[in-house]
Amino acid sequence: MTTAVTPDTATTGPEGPTPAEVTPPERRVRIRQVTREGALTLAGAAGGALGLVWVLYERVLPFTGALGFWVSWYVAFLLLYAAMAGLQWDPLAVRDRVAWVALGAAGLLSCAAVFDVVGYVLYRGWLAVRHVNFFTDSMAFAGPLSPLTKGGALHAMIGSLEQIGLATLFAVPLGVAAALFMAEVGGSWARPVRTVVTAMTALPDVIAGLFIFALAILTLGMQQSGLAASLALAVTMMPIVARASEVVIRIVPGTLREASYALGASQWRTAWNVILPTARAGLATAIVLAMARGIGETAPVLLTAGFTKELNLNPVHGPQVSLPLYIFNYAHTEAVNQNIVERAFGAGFTLAVVVLVLFTAARLLGGRTPGELTRRQRRRITREAAGG
Amino acid sequence: MAGDLIPWSGSAPPDDDAPRTIVAPVAAGDKVFRGVLRAAGIAVLVITGLILLFLLVRGLSALKGVGLAFFSTRSWFIGTNKFGIASLLPNTVIIAVIALLIAIPAAIAAALFISEYAPHSLRRALIAMIDLMAAIPSIILALWGVQFFEGRIIGFSSWLARHFGFIPFLRVKLNGSSLPSNFTSSPLIAGMVVSLLVIPVIASLSRQVFSQAPQAEREGAYALGATRWGMVRTVVLPFGRAGVIGATMLGLGRALGETIVVLFIITPVFTTNGHVAASGGNSIAAWVAGQFREAGPKGVSALMAAGLVLFAIALVVNVLGSIVINRSRSGAATAAD
Repeated sequence: MTTAVTPDTATTGPEGPTPAEVTPPERRVRIRQVTREGALTLAGAAGGALGLVWVLYERVLPFTGALGFWVSWYVAFLLLYAAMAGLQWDPLAVRDRVAWVALGAAGLLSCAAVFDVVGYVLYRGWLAVRHVNFFTDSMAFAGPLSPLTKGGALHAMIGSLEQIGLATLFAVPLGVAAALFMAEVGGSWARPVRTVVTAMTALPDVIAGLFIFALAILTLGMQQSGLAASLALAVTMMPIVARASEVVIRIVPGTLREASYALGASQWRTAWNVILPTARAGLATAIVLAMARGIGETAPVLLTAGFTKELNLNPVHGPQVSLPLYIFNYAHTEAVNQNIVERAFGAGFTLAVVVLVLFTAARLLGGRTPGELTRRQRRRITREAAGG
Repeated sequence: MAGDLIPWSGSAPPDDDAPRTIVAPVAAGDKVFRGVLRAAGIAVLVITGLILLFLLVRGLSALKGVGLAFFSTRSWFIGTNKFGIASLLPNTVIIAVIALLIAIPAAIAAALFISEYAPHSLRRALIAMIDLMAAIPSIILALWGVQFFEGRIIGFSSWLARHFGFIPFLRVKLNGSSLPSNFTSSPLIAGMVVSLLVIPVIASLSRQVFSQAPQAEREGAYALGATRWGMVRTVVLPFGRAGVIGATMLGLGRALGETIVVLFIITPVFTTNGHVAASGGNSIAAWVAGQFREAGPKGVSALMAAGLVLFAIALVVNVLGSIVINRSRSGAATAAD
């Protein structure tokens, strides 16, 4: 709000003191705003680059193919945009806007990469998956030359289910207990354990397979079986569960713990009745994410589970196939014709769908901070407070 | 009344001001509980130790026949005791370096976009997209890579070899005509697919690091008249430098250990293939996984020795990365995640 200029402080020009300034109407200043000029500059640069590259492309520039076209378009777009922005705004603003556009492209590209990979596998896999026998037969009576109406991946699906179930059974209690140790008991052992867990999350999965092969199969004399594969998967999954759980358990407010201790609860009671339920959402996310990782692991399973074409319901005895192993075999080892590769894509379709479902479940489960109530819980509490 | 004082019957004089250790007695149930948790923590250490032990013991029996020549032999003939990782290791590093060269700029740009430039409504969706990228199993990426990407990108790598062949590592010796098979199974293509696996690792960690940049310094930059890009350049990037370096090392560890993608795409050779656009390459993990089926007991021991080397390298790289992250100003705030 500008104050009126008083006659005492008014500048005296040759004609005498200037009249009180008319204050301009107040205008709200928006910091970041999509202006008409900004949007039109963007669109103009994009269209101009498209036209330019279209004309110049295969005639003048020595590149060929779709990839080259879009890369040239992007370079031309950036140059045109910088030039057009330079005509309108000062250099500082131009640099800022060009940086915005360049970084935005990186974000969009990563999305595009994900969609491309998942979309392609789903698209190619549809050919095999639309036959019901894909889900009801194993490959015991079908070979590379059989049409897609015979044979399926039932044995791989059951094998995956059993192996991931056993692996979760081994990995989750150990991982959550290790996380509780790091967060609750602490002490001088907590730091080396934490460092080792962080290092183990990045363990190459081949090493886990080699380890279980050396331990279970060579030393203990087990066969190549689903159980050995689930042990290898558990070795891979356990550090993920431990590290994610530790983060979630540490976020539980200290006041809750202290309140529980003040009421006389022992440490294990506090952990069981206060900490774990409060961290339940985060723990569920950690477990589901570890399962999503474990279900797609190929290398440890490759070394420890053997391969079979038949349905094997017994994880302890005899080789057992899982989805990644099925894909590996029919897309790489036995990839004799296009038909068999379609089966591999069908298994890839199934695997991608399962991972997407698990991933969505993890996002839905983990959306809340500890202590935050769901809508249903809030409604129940208001209902109880009001009436019942 | 003041005079009725209970006489002190303790052994020490009552005004002896000595510190006493306060011991909170642990209930019996808690002793068991803490013991179980401690056992779980020790079990984690034991498992890691066992991995090292087993690989060492099993691998040493193969190394006994070969000795230190394991690190200098370029071939892999088990029967005649001439096997070594002298060409496996550089080839592994070449693929990892190519993957990192592509992944680092892309991941940092994506992380900067998400943490600084993206509108708030889009931020959660983009973070979910990066996490989804991390969750894609490597076998699905390998399928996509070998069936879709390889065919499409050969044009690019042959263009590179033809027009930039004066740079030594891009030159491709064409046997006769420029057959596609000269270019299909190259470390360049494998590196490009592995980079898709490494990008989410670096991007998600970098994003967390960038979002920890102190608000006061950001506002200070704005107050001094910086644009958004100027603020990013002067506040966010220097703050996150150490965190990004740590994230890169974790990404390097991931790229070194990638098995299935390399196995699908590369045709294994035993020369150190410096011409990255030409077919042929290798990686320790892919070699181990590929040779395992047909290997006899001695072959398995040799593979375990190679696996031990890979484990040692991956362990060193990842522990270094964690240390760099935890010691940095940006990483210490990113609560051990």
